[in-house]
Amino acid sequence: MYTEKVMEHFQNPRNVGVIEDANGIGEVGNPKCGDIMKIYIKVEDNIVTDIKFKTFGCASAIASSSMATELVKGKTLEEAWRLSNDAVAEALDGLPPVKMHCSLLAEGAIHMAINDYRIKIGLEPWEEDKAHRAVHEEHAH
Amino acid sequence: MSRKVYLDNAATTGTDPEVLETLLPYFNEYFGNPSSIYSFAGKNRKAVEYAREQVARVLNAEVSEIFFTSGGTEADNWALKGAAFKQGEKRGHIITTAIEHHAILHSAEFLEKTGYKVTYLPVNDKGMVSAAQVEQAMTPETFLVSVMFANNEIGTIQPVRKIASLCRSKGVLFHTDAVQAVGHVPIDVKEMGMDMLSLSAHKFRGPKGVGVLFIRKGVRIENLLHGGAQEKGRRATTENVPGIVGLGKAIELASQKMEKESARQSELRDMLIKGLGEKIPEAVLNGAEGTQRLPNNVNMSFIGVEGETLLLDLDAAGISASTGSACSSGSLDPSHVLMAIGLDHEHAHGSLRMTLGDTTTRDDIDYVIETLPGIISRRRQMSPLWEKHISGTKEV
Repeated sequence: MYTEKVMEHFQNPRNVGVIEDANGIGEVGNPKCGDIMKIYIKVEDNIVTDIKFKTFGCASAIASSSMATELVKGKTLEEAWRLSNDAVAEALDGLPPVKMHCSLLAEGAIHMAINDYRIKIGLEPWEEDKAHRAVHEEHAH
Repeated sequence: MSRKVYLDNAATTGTDPEVLETLLPYFNEYFGNPSSIYSFAGKNRKAVEYAREQVARVLNAEVSEIFFTSGGTEADNWALKGAAFKQGEKRGHIITTAIEHHAILHSAEFLEKTGYKVTYLPVNDKGMVSAAQVEQAMTPETFLVSVMFANNEIGTIQPVRKIASLCRSKGVLFHTDAVQAVGHVPIDVKEMGMDMLSLSAHKFRGPKGVGVLFIRKGVRIENLLHGGAQEKGRRATTENVPGIVGLGKAIELASQKMEKESARQSELRDMLIKGLGEKIPEAVLNGAEGTQRLPNNVNMSFIGVEGETLLLDLDAAGISASTGSACSSGSLDPSHVLMAIGLDHEHAHGSLRMTLGDTTTRDDIDYVIETLPGIISRRRQMSPLWEKHISGTKEV
């Protein structure tokens, strides 16, 4: 039911753990749904220099977390924010339709960690839609 | 990894080689239709009737009370709908439990939609209902009580004898879904006072696609399948002769081995529960203990780990098991049985069912006890739920 990529990331997840001096933390999901993802980011000069996660959930939740952290590491905050759940699923060579929500978790947790960082340094948090626009505008300049 | 340990015998079992050998000739050597007149078909007719005798002997039923079906699901559907349709316009009330198999629950829900009333009795934290609960739920309209003999997920054995005798005294029909129990624990339909009982061959090393509904003499229910005059006009369709022959042989073998196997498997079961309980922090057993539990069922929850993750990690180590977690089912809710015994979502999502069979060895159990703790510990280390749980426990 899972692609080789999903199984590979599930069995050997990258970037598992905690960043003690993280400057952004995001956590989404709840035990009722059966998945929880917690993301720690370390941002330096607007770049996600380090990222770690802990995930409770099924194989697709763990593989999505692992893949998302790989895709985001070393990217600017704007690039990290733009990472979509579709991109995570695609990078995993697809997820079963009933498991697509697992990739949403990763996107949500990264957004939350980024906003946590922005708030900490005194910036407005990005709103889901507006933020997308803001990011695009920033890039246009 | 060449090691293979199959611990999902409640899902299905492999057909016993002796059973297979017995049923194979009925595919192409003796392939006649039991309803045909010529002597060649007589062999098949006799084979079906012999299988009926084998089943009747094991259950202590009359031969005329055994009706072959396509499996446990059909037997359950037939018992509920057949009894309900016999009520005609007056409809009426059915009592069952919250932890039945979906073959019962979904049949009951279907009947509700067509005007019947259904009570789904709650169970206690071990998954048990009582005769007193059944009695309390009875109304003058109650015509049928259906309580499973033993639960497929947590292995809890219900007090069916007491419930059957209560029903008999109240003039209410009693059906039991004994799919998980037949071949594993002794059943005597006469002595226990059953009116109807469902069983399925592939749960005791018979072939898939064949089962039985025992209908006590004098119990009147409507037919579900209309057509030819097979099964004394109660269930139309050409008999699944190889399947029926296999079922007969399998139930006979299971019954011969039962005493020895149930003792052996109970011991392995308890060894597994104890071994995992000692090696894994906060392992919780779901369901009852000792003789109130099926000899082959282990169901445990490991908070902080999700069931599907466990199954895949176990699979990578060659171990086949099952879970009540939502993630493995495609639905968003965890098992209705685990919720009914009062588990919180954290424990329900972290449940693991391992069901033993007559091919399970002591080595297999040792291997699981060696393998599982490492898997749990590794996944817990990457689980924010475990982290939270641990810090919560420390704070308290």
